Amino acid sequence: MSDYNFAYLDEQTKRMIRRAILKGLAIPGYQVPFASREMPMPYGWGTGGVQVSAATLTPADTLKVIDQGADDTTNAVSIRKFFEKTAGVATTEETGAASIIQTRHRIPEEDLREDQILVYQVPIPEPLRFLEPSEIETRKMHSLEEYGLMHVKLYEDIAKHGAIATSYAYPVKVEGRYVMDPSPIPKFDNPKMEMAAIQLFGAGREQRIYALPPYCKVVSLDFEDFPFEASKADHACDMCGATDSYLDEVIMDDSGGRMFVCSDTDYCTGRRQAGHIGAQAAAASAALEETAV
Amino acid sequence: MNTEVLKGGFGNAPVDAAYAFRAAMNAMACPGTVEVLQGAQPPAPVSVAAGTLLLTLCDPDTPLHLAGDFDCEDVRAWVSFHIGAPVVAAEFSMFALGSWEALAPLSRFAIGTPEYPDRSATLIVEQEVLAQEGMALRGPGIKDSVTMSLPETEAFQMNAMLFPLGLDFFFTSGDQVSALPRTTKVEVA
Repeated sequence: MSDYNFAYLDEQTKRMIRRAILKGLAIPGYQVPFASREMPMPYGWGTGGVQVSAATLTPADTLKVIDQGADDTTNAVSIRKFFEKTAGVATTEETGAASIIQTRHRIPEEDLREDQILVYQVPIPEPLRFLEPSEIETRKMHSLEEYGLMHVKLYEDIAKHGAIATSYAYPVKVEGRYVMDPSPIPKFDNPKMEMAAIQLFGAGREQRIYALPPYCKVVSLDFEDFPFEASKADHACDMCGATDSYLDEVIMDDSGGRMFVCSDTDYCTGRRQAGHIGAQAAAASAALEETAV
Repeated sequence: MNTEVLKGGFGNAPVDAAYAFRAAMNAMACPGTVEVLQGAQPPAPVSVAAGTLLLTLCDPDTPLHLAGDFDCEDVRAWVSFHIGAPVVAAEFSMFALGSWEALAPLSRFAIGTPEYPDRSATLIVEQEVLAQEGMALRGPGIKDSVTMSLPETEAFQMNAMLFPLGLDFFFTSGDQVSALPRTTKVEVA
């Protein structure tokens, strides 16, 4: 252990955050204001998620942190180290072995269980913010359930582009009441939000916490004639061959070479260990064998 | 000096509170489930679970209402030493502790405002037993439906109709806790 209080935050701060989490779970999709603290990392690095995780962690937990699906990017590595140091908790990269998963902008491909908790880092919690800059106005709009503006925005997408062009942070309606920003996850992940795990959302700079209990009704906004579609790159993973996972496009060289790989690194690794192999991985290993001969 | 009041707090506050909160959160997220809540040894008539809940969630920022028998010298002194929450009338409370009968009428408690529905009271209702039989519950956190014994039905149906405003409830008995947020629909099974 370290000389930090367990999980860094002081107890009074944790109580304040815990009260906000409970009210968030009782009013799914409603953004509960909380007194966000300065954290030893800049805003935009997941200070909201870190505070929610700190208030939720117990010494018995196993923590996984992902950034855009990956366990090994700077943000994920530094937050994982932060909690190893300040809470002394076990960490993992395996989705199935984690009890708390803090995420930036993805939901793991593997289905989560009832005994798991998913903590989202949220930059702008207010789904109406880019349509209406005033907090007083957006708060009134939520209280009156006045969400026409959001439908106008989606309609304008269709009028301009022929389809709803919003591809991430796609707004959802929770339990038929609050319109909620699912954080900038790709809309591919939206249908997964009706899950067995507890979902907690923390926005540090904007000082908001919101939550979804398990099996909560989460509907992506759409129109009858333009129904919501969870889209992804029309390709299979070049490493593991998965056709059902969300893909990142990676530029390989200056001559237009590119490959598609699973954004969820643990999912991709697991599949490759199970013997699945994608097009480029197969080509690479064939080339390797040729050089060896 | 009465030193009894000094006893019964958390032995290791950060860790005890972390486990206690996890139990409380699971209870609130999944209405109808019963979780074990331990750590505090509050004076009678407060149960272990209710005392632990107070230590985990309350502090000088949270006005607390003690209803009926729970408003006694021992409990006030224990709350004052371990928690520091101001003990107030029902109307001004964020948390309230008592038996179902003593907490009535529920209309005294804050249910939040349309702009801030989170500014509502959380009631900790002490019960003889927590049984997973009786009323049928449906709503967020419940896969299909679960059953749970509640002191009555109508009050919770009225409360759910106030959504997104309304009260949230914890039920405690011994070292057990379960919860009922405002979103849960209660029916006679």
